[in-house]
Amino acid sequence: MRLNVNGTPREIDVEEDMPLLWVLRDELGITGVKYGCGAGLCGACTVHLDGVAVRSCQTFAADAEGTEITTIEGLGTPEALHALQAAWIAHQVAQCGYCQSGQIMQAADLLSTTPAPTDADIDAAMSGNLCRCGTYPRIRAAIHDAARRLQEV
Amino acid sequence: MSARDITRRVFLVGSVAVAGGAAFGIHAALRPHDNPLVAGLGPDAAALTPYVKIDGSGVTLITPRADSGQGAYHVQAALIAEELDVDLADIAVDPGPPDAAYWNGALAAEAAEFVVPAAGMVRNATEATVATALKVMGLQITGGSTTVPDAFDKLRAAGASARETLKAAAAARLGVDTETLTTEAGHVIAPDGTRLAYTDLAADLADMPVVQNVPLRAPETWRYIGKDMQRLDIVAKSTGTQSYGIDAIMPGMVHATVLMNPAQGGALEAFDTAEAMKLRGVQIIVPITGGLGIVADNTWRAFRARDALVASWGAPDFPQDMADHWAALDAAFTEDAIDSRKRDDGDVEASLDAGAITAEYRAPYLAHAPLEPVNAIVRVDADAAEVWTGTQIPRFIQRNVARITGLSPDAVTVHVLAMGGSFGHRLEDEVVKQATEIAMQMRGTPVKLTYSREEDMIHDYPRQIAMARMRGSVGDGRVEALDLGIAMPSVMASQMARQNQPVPGPDSQIVAGAWEQPFAIPHQRVTGYRARPLAPISSWRSVGASSNGFFYNAALDELIHAAGADPLEERLRLVSDPLARAVLETVGDMAGWDGPNPAPGRGRGIALTRSFGVHCAEIVEVSGTEAGIRIDNVWVAAEVGRVVDPVNLENQVQGGVIWALGHAMNCEITYAGGIARPDNYYAHEGLRMRQAPKIAVRGLENGTRVTGIGEPPVPPAAPALAGAIFAATGTRLREMPFNKFVTFA
Ligand code: FES
Ligand code: FES
Repeated sequence: MRLNVNGTPREIDVEEDMPLLWVLRDELGITGVKYGCGAGLCGACTVHLDGVAVRSCQTFAADAEGTEITTIEGLGTPEALHALQAAWIAHQVAQCGYCQSGQIMQAADLLSTTPAPTDADIDAAMSGNLCRCGTYPRIRAAIHDAARRLQEV
Repeated sequence: MSARDITRRVFLVGSVAVAGGAAFGIHAALRPHDNPLVAGLGPDAAALTPYVKIDGSGVTLITPRADSGQGAYHVQAALIAEELDVDLADIAVDPGPPDAAYWNGALAAEAAEFVVPAAGMVRNATEATVATALKVMGLQITGGSTTVPDAFDKLRAAGASARETLKAAAAARLGVDTETLTTEAGHVIAPDGTRLAYTDLAADLADMPVVQNVPLRAPETWRYIGKDMQRLDIVAKSTGTQSYGIDAIMPGMVHATVLMNPAQGGALEAFDTAEAMKLRGVQIIVPITGGLGIVADNTWRAFRARDALVASWGAPDFPQDMADHWAALDAAFTEDAIDSRKRDDGDVEASLDAGAITAEYRAPYLAHAPLEPVNAIVRVDADAAEVWTGTQIPRFIQRNVARITGLSPDAVTVHVLAMGGSFGHRLEDEVVKQATEIAMQMRGTPVKLTYSREEDMIHDYPRQIAMARMRGSVGDGRVEALDLGIAMPSVMASQMARQNQPVPGPDSQIVAGAWEQPFAIPHQRVTGYRARPLAPISSWRSVGASSNGFFYNAALDELIHAAGADPLEERLRLVSDPLARAVLETVGDMAGWDGPNPAPGRGRGIALTRSFGVHCAEIVEVSGTEAGIRIDNVWVAAEVGRVVDPVNLENQVQGGVIWALGHAMNCEITYAGGIARPDNYYAHEGLRMRQAPKIAVRGLENGTRVTGIGEPPVPPAAPALAGAIFAATGTRLREMPFNKFVTFA
């Protein structure tokens, strides 16, 4: 099976029904994507397929074939931050940080369709992403901030 | 009980109780622990105190309290850097080895207060005694919001000693007086402008005695403490590059999971691995204590094999059904079961003769359920073992792995990895014991054991179940009497039994957050009743106070309402501690308090709990909407002595409030047939983004004791929410979770 991950084609030999989450983490060593629930309930495993946020724990490897898969590592890097990541740093959002890859990927999807989201837009888009540490107020502030940063450029 | 008796008999240590004998003399207590860094030093490297390591390539600060997201590494590093004069951006941080040198002295304060409630010399002596015992036992534990109190002086002193030693080395090399030297950003600077990097001086430090007892800098000169700082881990945690325990990779590692008896602690009776062994990638399936270990070449393949296993299980040693758990608490309100009665003011019985207001309150089992399921990598070789895991108890792990493998503790190396949350969950180490058992079947191979979410949640060692009964009276618009009895099993006994530590004496946590509250109700009594052991339980963010803060404030609210008084005004009338008064006044100002009903359909509630030495007051505001109750605003004031890291303070308090509100709203663990439910976040979800209120936070600095803030925001949130809901709807909530009785938007 051949997958396109963060712009690079990768050849893998896995069951068709292996969740993309575990292909990325255990077969390809891409660990920014996290396992939280394995059941579509927490959003820690969120990645993009062709720019759309999906739960990688609920996506079969075979269904990701032929798409552009983007993980947090493909969104931006410490040297070349995405606007959302810069805002996440400026607002010091993370506590344990474990949910934040998924939060950022979900927020990136939101901003791609809704460049200037309201609080209600944020509620609607982000409520599937659990944060056990309770960083929601900072996530909300960082999304608004990133939206401003993106509109300025 | 005198301080000496305590030394001889038992040390009750805040969230952790530890028994010990008088096996140490004054010599052991005065002698510093050996520096654990010395053993592993390379050539031209130096360990100045157990907290600062310098070699040619850089400066490493040792931060022995674990970071599960509460910012502990950052704050520990900042305290050292404040005196050492290094830029936080230029140094490395390492949790260090498990070692007695990293004993946690701040665990003593709360223990001493419980044993000797009256402030004064006896309490101080007790605290000193308990602290001495902790030092001798070398208890390296993260918990009880003790990281900052323990570290505040100790780590600054370590930084200062290291700095002065570096200056002495530079003075020797340059042939000048130490007094002429200054330090800045990792360099010693000579009067002529010569800059000697700390890293260059490392080779000179070998024979240098470490300069001791250096005076600490004045607060006016601080560069880090109290200032907004960028957390050391914030870039990694915003870019997916932070590696957690679950992300660790060792060469040649295999992926394992477990299927444990779903009724926690019960035995494995029979099993059939035939179907599971046929699945792709499965290597071995081995029986371990209470379950099966599955080893595969990929985590998902191990999970899938787990689902294909057939096993039959023994019964657990606790009641199988929930009704029997509650019945056990109900049955505990007897004279025989009294565990402590540390508050008994006035004459409660006489004051209640004429008829009392009564109520009963309940708090359920709760999972910690941090987002990262527990995991560990263990490799067992012929004469050594190595462990990589996120933990709050590295020294217990070292000892347990030694016991299971038959190795000496010295042969067991423990590496503490970053944690995706804990909330007390990683005070348990079953996952490490299980990984060790599996690894002993595959010597030389690193075995990475990852729990499924389901396995993690049903074997969570939940928060205690608890029940309280209140009797009280009012007169002339005032609260006159409060008699509060609290029944729960002992968290400390359950938790420490798994570490083979007996816990004699009363358990402070049965009444924590209730007996020591700063309200001078004329007739007031708080009694702790020890229920028989039920499901195995463990410390959950704020431990006993997590249930008792609700009980105490909810009871007080009912009495204030019966008296026809205002919830804030009456608390201010009763408050007996100036620090608590300031906290109440501040939170009232922040909210613009003008009674519990700011507008039609809106309600406000207030609560104050003193826990972990911190007075924390919260006001919650709700409104009724068509979809249900919505939490709009929360205001928080807390007395912390010193705001060490303002951003982290706000983040921790907001997180603690969201944690507590979410659990009060919709979380509980129940048992049926001995099996805990739910086993995933389809329930027990806590707050989500759409429900998260605005939360304003203020840290006060009136007190002299620097405190931690991870736990104190938790206890007052649930009762403040219950008060707000009562004000808005007239529904009195006496049992958590509240969504059994009201609907939330
Ligand atoms: S791990 Fe996929 S939604 Fe939780
Ligand atoms: S930061 Fe810990 S779960 Fe979100």
